[in-house]
Amino acid sequence: MAKSKKKVPEINASSMADISFLLLIFFLVTTTMDTDSGITRRLPPPIENEMDIKVKERNILNVMINKYDKLMVNNKPGDLATLKDETKRFITPNPNDEKAPEIEMKEIELLGTIMTNKGVVSLKNDRGTSYKMYISVQNELARAFNELRDEMSMKYFGQHYNDLTDKDKIEAINKAIPVRISEAEPEEIK
Amino acid sequence: MARFRSNDKKEVPAISTGSMPDIIFMLIFFFMVTTSMREVTLKVKMRLPEATEVQKLEKKSLVSFIYIGPPTNTKLYGTESRLQLDDQYARVEDVITFIERERQARNEADRPLLTTSLKIHEEVRMGLVTDVKQELRKCGAFRINYSVRKGEKK
Repeated sequence: MAKSKKKVPEINASSMADISFLLLIFFLVTTTMDTDSGITRRLPPPIENEMDIKVKERNILNVMINKYDKLMVNNKPGDLATLKDETKRFITPNPNDEKAPEIEMKEIELLGTIMTNKGVVSLKNDRGTSYKMYISVQNELARAFNELRDEMSMKYFGQHYNDLTDKDKIEAINKAIPVRISEAEPEEIK
Repeated sequence: MARFRSNDKKEVPAISTGSMPDIIFMLIFFFMVTTSMREVTLKVKMRLPEATEVQKLEKKSLVSFIYIGPPTNTKLYGTESRLQLDDQYARVEDVITFIERERQARNEADRPLLTTSLKIHEEVRMGLVTDVKQELRKCGAFRINYSVRKGEKK
């Protein structure tokens, strides 16, 4: 039949590129590239009845930030540049030093019986402290803990801490070096 | 001597644009996969502080955001740092109802895993941040994440 010979006209596809460009621009504008990342911390539960938990002085590293963003580490003026090393020295188990935090022998799976440090970093800040400074200090403290964990991971498993994939191994190290940063109840620092 | 013929007649062949849509579509898919939709319009200025020890925030669906910073429209709202929840300014006391609302929106099994991401402008004073943290403690939202820009390692 004559009808069957009739060709279907070709659809002009040249505007396809324009359409897809439009879509591309739409997605570029409405979306954000940044993946959210940050410093994760756990807040302590609220205190119901005021009670003083006595912690020996040698077990505490006092870090204070005043409203002029100046640091005080163990009652001496501190510096952000040396804070990491100071913290690291504090949290590294050191059985020979009388002034260093106490040592507790702990048995941890995969690691055996090892020395763990009972030290706590106490962080205090003033209401006038800038958030930038606060994060810098948190970051330096985190860096100290992470470096120590990394060293331990290299020693026991021969791998960087960040490269560990085995959950048990990560947990073992987390147990051996817990991040103990205590934030005081808010108060004014002169 | 052989001479190079100057062939005026030879035309540059037209570049086929037939595969252009495919290329663009590929780009679209790339952007769709790597990015996420912007969820709220920011009403506060946002310049996050820098840090090196960052952890990625997992499970985007289990994160609620609190924004703190100086208002973008300083003529109308002044320069005092403000709190933003969802799409509007809020007071510190509203944090509890906000967290409660966020909890209700998730199914029960996920509720304890809810993380609060604090997106705070770097010039905000800690007083406001501490107040917000106290509110979060009151309503049991203990998992928090200080949102930062990833900086270079020194």
